[in-house]
Amino acid sequence: MRKYYMFFKVRFASGLQYRMASITALTTQLIWGIMECFAFKAIAEAMGTGLPMEYSSIVTYIWLKEAFLALFSTWTGDKDIFSLIQNGGVSYELCRPVSVYSMWFARIVGGRGSEALLRCIPVLICAFLLPGTLRMSLPVSIEAFVLFLVTLVLAVGVAVALCMFVNMLCFFTISPQGWRMVLLGSADFFMGNVIPLPFFPERFRKVVEWLPFPYMQNVPFRVYSGDLPVADLGPVMAKQVLWLVILVAAGLCTWKFVEKKIVVQGG
Amino acid sequence: MITMEHVCKSYKVAKRKAGLSEVCKSFFRREHEVIHALKDVSFSIKEGEMVGYIGPNGAGKSSTIKILSGILTPDSGTCTVDGRIPWKNRTEHVKQIGVVFGQRSQLWWDIPVIDSFELLKEIYSVSKENYNRKLEELTELLQLSEILKTPTRQLSLGQRMRCEVAASLLHEPRILFLDEPTIGLDAVSKLAVRDFIKKMNREHKTTVILTTHDMQDIEAIAERVILIGKGQILLDGTLQDLRNAAIGETADAPENAGNITIGAGVSDEESLGAQSGINLDHVMAALYKKLDIM
Repeated sequence: MRKYYMFFKVRFASGLQYRMASITALTTQLIWGIMECFAFKAIAEAMGTGLPMEYSSIVTYIWLKEAFLALFSTWTGDKDIFSLIQNGGVSYELCRPVSVYSMWFARIVGGRGSEALLRCIPVLICAFLLPGTLRMSLPVSIEAFVLFLVTLVLAVGVAVALCMFVNMLCFFTISPQGWRMVLLGSADFFMGNVIPLPFFPERFRKVVEWLPFPYMQNVPFRVYSGDLPVADLGPVMAKQVLWLVILVAAGLCTWKFVEKKIVVQGG
Repeated sequence: MITMEHVCKSYKVAKRKAGLSEVCKSFFRREHEVIHALKDVSFSIKEGEMVGYIGPNGAGKSSTIKILSGILTPDSGTCTVDGRIPWKNRTEHVKQIGVVFGQRSQLWWDIPVIDSFELLKEIYSVSKENYNRKLEELTELLQLSEILKTPTRQLSLGQRMRCEVAASLLHEPRILFLDEPTIGLDAVSKLAVRDFIKKMNREHKTTVILTTHDMQDIEAIAERVILIGKGQILLDGTLQDLRNAAIGETADAPENAGNITIGAGVSDEESLGAQSGINLDHVMAALYKKLDIM
């Protein structure tokens, strides 16, 4: 376990190495967040009473999304593992007396964690200081906050396990681009990164609920604002755990297969 | 310690000619060529031996190293290292070995070298005392004290290579696979790395397998040389055997033969210094040509 903790730590340190990148990222996120808040304000005014989420919940959802962007964003980060696969650096990884799967899992969690930690504090501070309806609200209850943290951890687990599965698929194609675009791009949409899931049509949502995507950021962010009532959380958390298990198992099985077939190209 | 018996490995390589029409054609119909990287390779190495594994480009050197280090599964044949099959008991196997792939990096790009070392310490569960002792030894011998705190990306190739070598030795492996470990090293570092490898071998009976194109490395380190060409073992003996083979083979090449006679005078190898290395390159070139393994 200590080994994997070290991977987390080193990746964490690695992520904190660039200060300027974090500052610029912060600015982007603030501006983006404010823009989204305005966009949803327009939607809210147009829809009137039929809004599927309360406006304050949407604002909170947006700020949480921006604060923890690095934890769930599928289109950034984790590039080091793709490049390891692509340029053959994986040969060294295979020479380590540890499970490659766990090693990379820890590494991704470390990478995402370090970035999220760097960004979330300033983003959250700003979000709590913003005027009027743009301001982020406190969690609805202590219970909700605790469950927010629990589901957040589970959600990160699901997201990373999905990412690992995609990583493993990259062993079968020479370029990782395709898998990334398809799987991670759809993940972005279906997990409610573009529009929160309650805005989707009822039938569509029913289908999406069978996929792993809604069990990522969708759950913790809505628990926080009370949009997803604490009382209804049991089955949702069970599904989070279920997907975590399924995705980890899928990733591990693929890895076992890959491990035997792997050919590291080049001298 | 290490035995390889009848190991074969082939790769499928996509090939096409240059030109746009060829690109389009290959889009619909790929031509593949099967490259036999290793054809029935057998050898055995005893504990504490230092073996130079040489051959021209594309001979199968790296494939052999990859199989021995458990990265690659051969198509057929058996291979045991220290009683284990590398690709079957990978985790157990790699605890005992150290690998340097001269062309790849095991150090984390963005963080100081010492952080990568600390991580390796944990990965291999090296105790604090052993780690500190080893680190001190390596720092001194490979002159790392100045560069340990620098992020890897800001190191020169030679500096990085010294760190790579150190990184592979932190856990005191019993077997060391070196795949072109002296790429980009300056004279001082090369000598330091060579001395260090010899010292490891003397003090810890570390088994060393070295592939390189730098014949001076071979001369300095290898007691035994295995020559591979086109996936087959062609010669297994001492450096002197190699020279003799080349002399025998190069009788009709007078300009090389002259050099070989000088090179063959091993007694005054010391005084010849760098020159004998150049001669050895000639010996090798002649041998490769004569054996038709280019």
